Amino acid sequence: MTDTTQGGSPLSATQGSYMAMVRQKRLYSGIAILIFVVLLVSGFHTANARNAGGFLDGLPQIFDFPADVVSEAWDKRADMAGLLWRYLPELIETLNIAAVSTLLGAALGLLLSLLSTRGMAPWPPLIPVFRRVMDVSRALPEIVVALVLIYMLGGGPIPAMCAIALHTAGALGKLYSEVNENADLKPVDGLSSVGSTWTQQMLLGVVPQVAPNYLSYGLLRFEVNIRASAILGFVGAGGIGYELRNSMSWGPGRFDEAAAIFLLLFVTIIVVDNISSVVRNRLSEGARP
Amino acid sequence: MTWGICVLRIDKLTKRFGANAAVENVSVTIEGSAMIGVIGASGAGKSTLLRMINRLADASEGAIWYQDREVTQLTGGAKRQWQSECAMIFQQFNLVPRMDVVSNVLHGTLNRRSTFATLFNLYPTEDIHRAIEILDRLGIAENAPKRAEALSGGQQQRVAIARALMQDPKIILADEPIASLDPMNAQIVMDTLRRIHDEDGRMVIANLHTLDTARRYCDRVIGMRKGRVVFDGTPDQLTTGVARDIYGAGAGFSEAATSTDIAALDIGLERLPA
Repeated sequence: MTDTTQGGSPLSATQGSYMAMVRQKRLYSGIAILIFVVLLVSGFHTANARNAGGFLDGLPQIFDFPADVVSEAWDKRADMAGLLWRYLPELIETLNIAAVSTLLGAALGLLLSLLSTRGMAPWPPLIPVFRRVMDVSRALPEIVVALVLIYMLGGGPIPAMCAIALHTAGALGKLYSEVNENADLKPVDGLSSVGSTWTQQMLLGVVPQVAPNYLSYGLLRFEVNIRASAILGFVGAGGIGYELRNSMSWGPGRFDEAAAIFLLLFVTIIVVDNISSVVRNRLSEGARP
Repeated sequence: MTWGICVLRIDKLTKRFGANAAVENVSVTIEGSAMIGVIGASGAGKSTLLRMINRLADASEGAIWYQDREVTQLTGGAKRQWQSECAMIFQQFNLVPRMDVVSNVLHGTLNRRSTFATLFNLYPTEDIHRAIEILDRLGIAENAPKRAEALSGGQQQRVAIARALMQDPKIILADEPIASLDPMNAQIVMDTLRRIHDEDGRMVIANLHTLDTARRYCDRVIGMRKGRVVFDGTPDQLTTGVARDIYGAGAGFSEAATSTDIAALDIGLERLPA
């Protein structure tokens, strides 16, 4: 093998041009870091100046409320088992809201994602339209949608479910369409060549490829939705959040109930998190040949 | 050659995965700047052996000694120091695809540099110049600013060799360096490895999957079968009968079936673009 450089460019010229490139890159990243630091420091100053009581002055009081809750719950620890049992139906209601809205949202998100993925969409010119629909449903905070629906439909789990499902459709649609981008289009071509409809191509050609990722994102969203549905209880959507607001706003005297509800929520989140990580692991291992 | 100065001694080395032994009771001593070929069927434990020498994998039993250092006992910084002295070349090149060629070569110096400096690409100018000199030596300097993923397989493997040389290692381990390459690029890469051995006096240990490559480039051939060393000798001693033992093949085994010899292409090679 010969060791001469090809293309006639001498070594020093290559070194020189590469060094120039390196210097330029360093200059750019130096400027970027400088801008970042300046923004960070000035932003922190602004935020601290606007903070009514002062961030640092209020810092020691942060733990007052948790301390009250824990001490009162400890004093009445004998009643804890009864309280946990009493709030179990509300917890199940919250879980139900989360599960139904995740399912509805995932189905809608699947449809939106297929309609807005290049190469799969049946009406390519409408891709931007479906993308904007997803953007809007993601941008609206769940709590705002829930408040409007509660005002129109009255309190209860249905408005919460609609609000969370809408948000989930937007969020999962975005994630699913990114998964779809990485899917292989050859099976779709194959199914198209036998004279199938668009729905058949999508359900039989695309979904089997992307199902593990879909399910993994769906489970993650279920965890997020449990929290969301608990929070929506605060605005009258029922479930365990409603009870939590009541017991917290009563102030001292019912903090043992608040502690019981917190405990139920923690345990639920931990259980769901563990189950979904087991399922996701099994899926990703099963996907290997 | 500097015989007797660098000594790599592998002593009853064993690696178990569950009940199976990938490498079993291997004892080999290598002196000087030899060029060693390790041959054997898939799953014979060649890769595991090399990965244990580099400490990418831990041994289950036994020891590896280099000079007076027990490599298998090193931990933390001492282990990384050893890895920087003992470069590894992989079948799939294992470059960072989205980074440019020179940055990939400069990764050979990571052990000597702080994490902060390398994160912001603050390599010393002399290192950058040396990286390009090494690339020039391997005939790919004109690709310096390109992304590694834009290069052909043979070029990427030479970038990987340049990264290894940047480490200025005493030992170069090559795990199937030519298995993913076409015959012409395979020859360029093997010639490069041989040249590094001849000119720099570095010890080279290469896993090879073809007999003729091992015969042609190596001073000494080690044959492995099912985790054990079944042959250790010069290329001349590697007869067809011995090869049948190594690969566990019957009388129907013919060497021509595994050959990727491209002697016929040698004449035209000097004119081909690198």
